[in-house]
This record gives sequence, structure tokens and C-alpha cells, in this order.
Amino acid sequence: MKSTLTAQRYLPRMLVILFVTLLAALSMATFSAGSAHADEVGTEYGFTLSGNVKFNGEALDGVAIAVKGNGYTADTVTDAAGKWAIGVPEKGTYEVTLDEQTLPKGVVVAKGGNVIDTEFGLTDRKSVNFFLGEGTRNTVSFFDQFVNRFVNGLNFGLLLALAAIGLSLIFGTTGLSNFAHAEMITLGALMTLVFSVNLGLPIWLAILIAIALSGALGYGLDAVIWKPLRRKGVAVIPLMIVSIGLSLALRYLYQYFFGGSTSQLPGSGMTDLKFGPISLSPIDLASMGISIVVLLAVAFFLLRTRIGKATRAVSDNPSLASASGIDVDNVIRIVWVVGAALAGLSGVLWAYFRPGVSWDMGFQILLLVFAAVTLGGLGTAFGALVGSLIVGLFVELSTLWLPSDMKVVGALVILILVLLFRPQGILGRKERIG
Amino acid sequence: MDWGAIFSNAAVELISPTTAAYALAALGLAVHFGYTGLLNFGQAGFMALGAYGYAISILTFGFPVWGAFLVGVGASVIFALILGIPTLRLRADYLAIVTIAAAEIVRLLFTTNTYASVTGSANGLSGYKNEFAALNPLADGTYGFGPFTNNAYDTWLRIVAWSIVILAALLVWQIMRSPWGRVIKGIREDEDAVRALGKNVYAYKMQSLIFGGVLGTIAGMIFALPRAVVPSNYQTTLTFFIYAILLLGGAATVLGPIIGSMIFWVLLSFFSGFVARAVEAGWLPFMTSIQGGQLRFILVGVAIMLIVIFRPQGVFGNKKELAFVR
Amino acid sequence: MSANAVSQAAAPLEPPVPTKKPVKTTGLHIGEAGPGCAKVDPILVVDNVRRTFGGLTAVDVAHLEVPRGAITALIGPNGAGKTTLFNLLTGFDKPNDGKWTFDGRSLAGVPAYKVARMGQIRTFQLTKALGLLTVMDNMLLGAKGQTGENMFRALMPFLWRNQEEENRAKALDLLTRFKLETKKNDYAASLSGGQRKLLEMARALMSDPTLVMLDEPMAGVNPALTQSLLDHILNLKSQGMTVLFVEHDMHMVRHIADWVIVMAEGKVVAEGDPHEVMQNPAVIDAYLGQHHDEDIGVDPDTETEHVSAIKELLDDER
Repeated sequence: MKSTLTAQRYLPRMLVILFVTLLAALSMATFSAGSAHADEVGTEYGFTLSGNVKFNGEALDGVAIAVKGNGYTADTVTDAAGKWAIGVPEKGTYEVTLDEQTLPKGVVVAKGGNVIDTEFGLTDRKSVNFFLGEGTRNTVSFFDQFVNRFVNGLNFGLLLALAAIGLSLIFGTTGLSNFAHAEMITLGALMTLVFSVNLGLPIWLAILIAIALSGALGYGLDAVIWKPLRRKGVAVIPLMIVSIGLSLALRYLYQYFFGGSTSQLPGSGMTDLKFGPISLSPIDLASMGISIVVLLAVAFFLLRTRIGKATRAVSDNPSLASASGIDVDNVIRIVWVVGAALAGLSGVLWAYFRPGVSWDMGFQILLLVFAAVTLGGLGTAFGALVGSLIVGLFVELSTLWLPSDMKVVGALVILILVLLFRPQGILGRKERIG
Repeated sequence: MDWGAIFSNAAVELISPTTAAYALAALGLAVHFGYTGLLNFGQAGFMALGAYGYAISILTFGFPVWGAFLVGVGASVIFALILGIPTLRLRADYLAIVTIAAAEIVRLLFTTNTYASVTGSANGLSGYKNEFAALNPLADGTYGFGPFTNNAYDTWLRIVAWSIVILAALLVWQIMRSPWGRVIKGIREDEDAVRALGKNVYAYKMQSLIFGGVLGTIAGMIFALPRAVVPSNYQTTLTFFIYAILLLGGAATVLGPIIGSMIFWVLLSFFSGFVARAVEAGWLPFMTSIQGGQLRFILVGVAIMLIVIFRPQGVFGNKKELAFVR
Repeated sequence: MSANAVSQAAAPLEPPVPTKKPVKTTGLHIGEAGPGCAKVDPILVVDNVRRTFGGLTAVDVAHLEVPRGAITALIGPNGAGKTTLFNLLTGFDKPNDGKWTFDGRSLAGVPAYKVARMGQIRTFQLTKALGLLTVMDNMLLGAKGQTGENMFRALMPFLWRNQEEENRAKALDLLTRFKLETKKNDYAASLSGGQRKLLEMARALMSDPTLVMLDEPMAGVNPALTQSLLDHILNLKSQGMTVLFVEHDMHMVRHIADWVIVMAEGKVVAEGDPHEVMQNPAVIDAYLGQHHDEDIGVDPDTETEHVSAIKELLDDER
């Protein structure tokens, strides 16, 4: 490869590197934040969220406030009188966040946290106020931050891996890039919410039921949609578009029934435990433990059991596998059930990691899951694991340098760069032409 | 129930600038997907570049309309190059993932607070319409008839938008029946075969990506003119809607995307109007008006699935020339 | 037609042969015929081309020359690396190392489309007729140097209309020769497997190539069309083109090839006149996996026996 890398092939790569560096440089460079408007945003809408940020009677200027909910996001900063207002398109529940970084030194949100979920009452205006107090925000050394982010990234990567392995197995055995995987992730979290919060079951039972229901969804989708389409001989690209339609329909079906709000699962507010520089909640620890155990179980399944070996055989070469007596349909059915159940579990863990359950939470990480699968090499289960860890670590570590609202950008740029230099992915095999 | 209002609101969509913008974006996607077989899932990114390129050029740099137009087009050419260089040599599904990722990168860069002074962050931009309105040769007053009655600015916008759509359709029609179009369609069928006949497939795919992308970018500008530029408008869902329109009309046709967009918007508006009023009238007691709004997204999703499964060639496509890449 | 009738009467199951007795070109090589031997006028010269997939060496050719103006067959058992060598020579795959020249010009690192433009056109084992284009469009796509294939000139039909008409006339002429003219407005997808092979060959001829490389042109084609394909391959030579083709069926190879190159396990194991090559122990070894006392192709009866044995074996392998 190296010897045949002529200038002609080299030039486009240089160009892309140049563009990507430019992009990165652009995203690093901070524009002056002075232009912040104190006037109302979203004035075209009929409903308004507003508030007044004061500390000891003194108005605080330039504090950033963000509103999120019902598929709408907006943000603003307080004016000289400490006032802010944001117009929103519909009555509903919104998540209002005060950016503590923008508070003056020595001032923090004292109680209730810097995120408030609020709902409109009878009127078209709703005021939201934060309780500020004296305090110090922990300033942590870079190394400590790095270690902390690293562990967080590991946690995130592991939960991504649960979803990514399912996606990768489905791709490997059926050739389908399943966009509806996002909704299988969401289902796990939604069902856990329903069974634990709404129906009052213990959380462990709710999670088990949710995983079982996710698996059932996988089985159902395969039986009702994918198997008949495979029989019909529909090619992979139309299949992929069908999965996009399915994803859209399911996602808004969730919103239809659960609304646009974000709800918390039981125990999501647990206080962090300190391990040197690392602060983790018991939930985080459990999440990582569960991920590792489940991933080991999946590895055992793939490497040691008959059906797991059959799965890899089908993934390698479906027609050969079929010819050698493997029941391909059965393998694919199992892959759908296992993949969906893994995605459901991943959704539960993602609900704790975010934190919160919402109708589009799966879709929010779908691209990262795709990135993980592609990075690892399409269709290889272990590649998906490696890819997920890389994406997870990268997303979390990038917040050390990038603003946190751009952490996803870094991971996606890495995806494009990897495809440039190693198109087959990290663990993927080069394809034979002809 | 006020059927008249429902019908006339639906009829308004027939020639609305939004319908024109979606038609043009779908036409660009037809070039990519229907004719060349490129799986571009980043059309929303091209549209965002058009809208922001236009708005920022005018608001931040004070460019004239044509200058802002060129900035948008230039941005999308660069975007197409960045997308195409790494992926056009790879399998089709890689392009899908990279384009969807790149469109999200674009949206996130426009959303982040870091550049709020230029992009307006999540609130977006507005107040860039005067330059375009100043070019309006029509005198003040109302034009048109029935549901198609508009003021001078809106009429002017509709004339410009649909002229561009018709021009673009003629352009696509002409180029697809030329030898260039033959190569492009050949690539859709089997790029190795075309390569073996001495055509630089990579260059052709790149040209197609740029051409369709520029159409998407211009669509983004038309889309931005009747409203404000808000980053949340340019989510992946937008691309999916355009795919729905393309599949509805027929992927490898020139008229398909245009008629598809009209059908899509008229039906959607009719449906929303009907559900909203039905909810008000208490016909659908199990539904709130917000839920009624979400119902249409569910319907679009189901429609995409049904079209692909049962009528893959779309409403206008030729059954034989159904445009799916293998 | 008469020769064919006779042969069919004599052995009804025998594969078809060309309608005319082929005129063999001889005296192609210099010195002893053997792997990598020099040719009087080579069109394609290959040196140390090696391609590995993981640990497997698919192709490892030390030296190979393909004679100009002749029909050369590239044979060998499945997995011998014939198609991979084809892909390497035509720029569809990149070797780990090695160099090769076409008409004296180096092709190492040259992309497939430039190789084709130089006049070295290939076809594929699995036909690549462009199904949703008409037969005529398939043909027109084959023409070289079209003005209208430039994106901007494409928008100005007056620039390319005349050229298009010339190409159309040429395409119609070729289609008539390949008996496809009645299908010219049909989608290529509606053609039979054999007709697609014919179309692919006709399309390759649109660019007036100097070297035509056919990857298993006879595979999956019914006997009647095979005969016409063989005739067309012979015609290529009579029109001054060089042909290199991959084939499994030794019988057909013997009939039309002037020169035979035998590959096994990625290497060239034998070269020579078709009749002599069939007697080469290395070839029999390659095909049957063991030494065989009797040669192939001397006695017509034993020959068919052996060939069918080999074919069966190959079919099993497939």
C-alpha cells in the first residue's frame, strides 16, 4: 500500500486533513462572548419562561440560561438587571439550566441544583428562579480532571458497546444498517421508567422486565418486518430506509405516549463516592460492573456456544453458512432478540448516565453508536467494543478542551478521519475486490 | 368543523416557499441517490450551510444578495469535497454514515454557544430579509386569488423560489439525458463496469455530490427566507423528510421530487389541520393537540416504510427503472 | 456452420466450437516455451507482481509476457489467482509490489479508468451489464473521448450531438454484428445471461481497444451463444486486437487459443502452445492435484474423458 501511495492519492488526503484541522481550529477558537443579547429570545412564540438572577439582592449580569424540552432548545444570558426570558413554542415541561461557569467567583447554585424542570401552569408565562449562595466551585487539577473524565468515558464507552454490539451483529448477519436501533435503546429506559416509577416495582425487577420487553420488540420486529422483507429479497439500501421510517414512527410514538419531558429513574440522584480524584456514584459503579459482566457473557456466547459460533459463521458468509446446515433464519432471530435486549440494557444505563429518560434519548446517541461500529469495523462484534470504548473516551475527554456542547463533534470528526486512513475500521478486514 | 379553512390552508402549501425548498432539496437528493446511487444522508447539512451561509454573509459581513448566495454555494462545494474525498472510494453505506455525521457536525457547530456572536447559537438568526425584499419589483399590495393571495414580499418570494425550482428541474432533466448523465446512471448500476470503460468514477461521483449538494444549499436559502434560521430545523429528521418526499415522487425522476413535495406538504397540512380541529371539536377525546402534532411524524415514518416496501419506484417512477442501489 | 453440424452429429454432448476453423497464430515465443518465456512482440509484460490477502498469497508472478495480436488463454484451477491477476493488471486491485507494462508504458499505480483509456479493456466474470440502462445506452457508455461527458459541456447539446450520432451509428453496427440490434431500446436487465455477455463484449469494443481482457466469457452461457461468442473472440484477432481471456474449459481453450498460460496457486506453472501445454505434467498436476501418466489432448476420446473429469472436479470445487 505504502509503495503505491502516489502523490495523486495523497493529495486528497492532505486536503481533508487540512479541512479537518481548520474545523478543529475553528472550534477551539473562542469568539468574543460579548455580543450576548439581553433581550428576549424566541419572541415569535406565545409562551415565555423568565426569571431573575440575583445574589444577595445584587443583579447578576451575563449569566447563561438554557431551556430544553419538547424538541426545542434555546438559551440566553441575563441582562444588567439580572433578568432573562425565553419564548417557547408550546406549553409543556422544560428543563432550565443555569451555567454555573458564568456566575461570578464565589457564587454557586445553593440548593435545587442548576437544572430545574418546570411546567407551565394556567398562564402563558412561567418564572423560574435559582437559589444562589456563597460557595466555591471545586477547581480540580488537570490530571484529576483527566482521570475523572477517563473513568466517565470508560463508563460511557461500555454502555455504548452494549448497543453497538447488537447493531454490529445485526449488520453482520443481515446487512442492515438499523437506524431503529435508537428506539430499541429508548424502549429499555422508557419501560424501566414505567415499571419502576409508574407501577412501583423494585428497580431491578423493572430493569429485567424492560430488557425482556426490548428483546420481545427485537423478536417482533424481525418476525413482522425484517423476516418477510428478507424473504421478499429486498436489498439492503431499501431495508435501511425502511428502518429509518420505523425509527421515525417509533420515536414519535414514544413522544405521543410519554410526552417531551425528561424524567428521572429511581436512584439517579445518588451522591458521588470519592476514590482519590475519581468521583463516581454507586450507580456508575453498578453500570460499569453490569456492562463488563454482560459484555463478557456476550463474548462467551459468541466464542464458546454453538449458536454463537453459528452467528459468527453467518456474519462471515451467510450463503456458505446456510449451505453447511446452519438455520440462518434462526440465527438472525436470536441476533435480533439479543441485540435488542442489549440495546434495552444500554438504554437503562444511558438513562442513568445522561441522566434522565426522554423519548429521543436513543436517537441522541445513535450516531455515536454508528461511529463506534464503523470505527471498529462494520460487522465485527469485537470491533464494535473497541470502537465504543474509543468513542466513549473521546467524547468525555474532549470536554477537557472543547466546550461541552461540542463534545459529540470531536467523536464524529474522529470517525471521518479513521475512515480516511483505515476505511475498513480498526479491526475490520480489507475487502477483496472482484 | 371548518372544512373550508382546512382545505384552503392545505392548498396554500401547494405553492409555498417551504414546498419549493423541499422540492429543490429533494431534487438534489434525486441527483445523489436516484441517479448516481450515492447515499447522502446529510442533505440537512447542505441546507443548513445555505441558510447560514446566506444569513451570516448578510448580517455579519453585509454582503449583497448575490454575494451571500455565492458564499452559501461555495460553502456547500467545500462541504461536498470534505465529505466526498474520504468516502466516495468506500462502500455506499459508509457514505451514509459519514454524511449523517457531517451534517450533525455542521448543526452542532451552528448550535454551540462558542460562536454565538456569529451564529446566534440555539436561537439562530433573523433579520436578513431586507436585502432580498429590496430586489422586489412588485408594488405593494396583494396578488393572487383564493387561498393563494399574498402580499408583495410573499408573492415575490414565491416567484423566485418556484423559478429556481423550475430552472433546476430543467437543468437536471437536460444533464441526465446527456452523456454525462449516462455515465452517472451507469455508476448507479455498477461503478466497476463504468470504471472498466475508462470513466473516472471518483470524479463523476464527486461532481454529482457537489451538484446535488448545491441544489440542497439553494433550497436551504429558500427555506430560510420566509422564517428565521434556527439550528434545530436542520436535524437529521429534515433529511429523512426529504427522503420521504423523494421516495413518494420517485427517486430517479425530475418531476417526482417536485410533485412529491407538493403532495407531502398539502397532505401534511390537511392532516394537521384536520386533527387539530377534530381535537378541538372533541372528536378525538383520547388525544391532546400536542399529540395531534406528533401524529403526523408517526405517519410520515409509516409512509416511508410502506412506500419502500410496496411502491419502491414512487408515484411517478417507472416500475422498471426503480431506483434502488444494490 | 457445416463443421459444427458434423461435430454435433459425431458427439452430441460435445461443447460447441467456432463455426470457422480458427487460423492459429504461431511463432509467438523466443526460445524454449516455459513459464515466463520471452515473446517476439509482447504487449503486456509482468515482473514480480505479488498480491497477498492476509497470510494467503493469491498471486506471485515472477515474469510473464503476453504476445501481441494473438489469443492467449489464462487457465488454471479455481483459486489459482487468475481473476486476481486480471484485477491487478487492470488497476482494479493493487499488488503488494511488482511492476508491469502495457505497450511499453508502466501501469503500476495507474487507476483502472486510465488503464482502460490506454486501450486495455476488460470484462467481468459476473457480467456487469448496466441493467437499468438501455442496451443502446450501455453501448454508448463504452465510447471513448466523449465531449458530452464533461459536466458543463453536457448542458450544451450542440457541442456533442454530432459525436453522439457517430457513436450511435457505430454502436448500432456493433449491435448488429452481435445480433442485439432488435434489443437496442430494451433495458439490459431484460437480456438473457448470454446476451449480457455479448453486450459486455460489444460495449468493450466501442472504445477500439488494443488489448481485450475477458474474464470467463463463456461461463454460464448456453451452447448456442457460446459458439457465437467464440466466433466473436476469433473476429477480434482478425481485426488486429490482442485477446487475453480466463477460461476453465480446456476444450474451448484448445480450439481458439494461440497461446496458453497456466496458473496454479498464484504462480505461472506452464506456458505454451495449447496442445503442448495440455501434455505438460505440471498442468495435469495443477488440475488434478497429482501426477498423471497420460497427457491431455492427444487422443480426442481420452481428451474428452479427461476434460470432463476436470470439469466435474472444478464444478465440485465451485
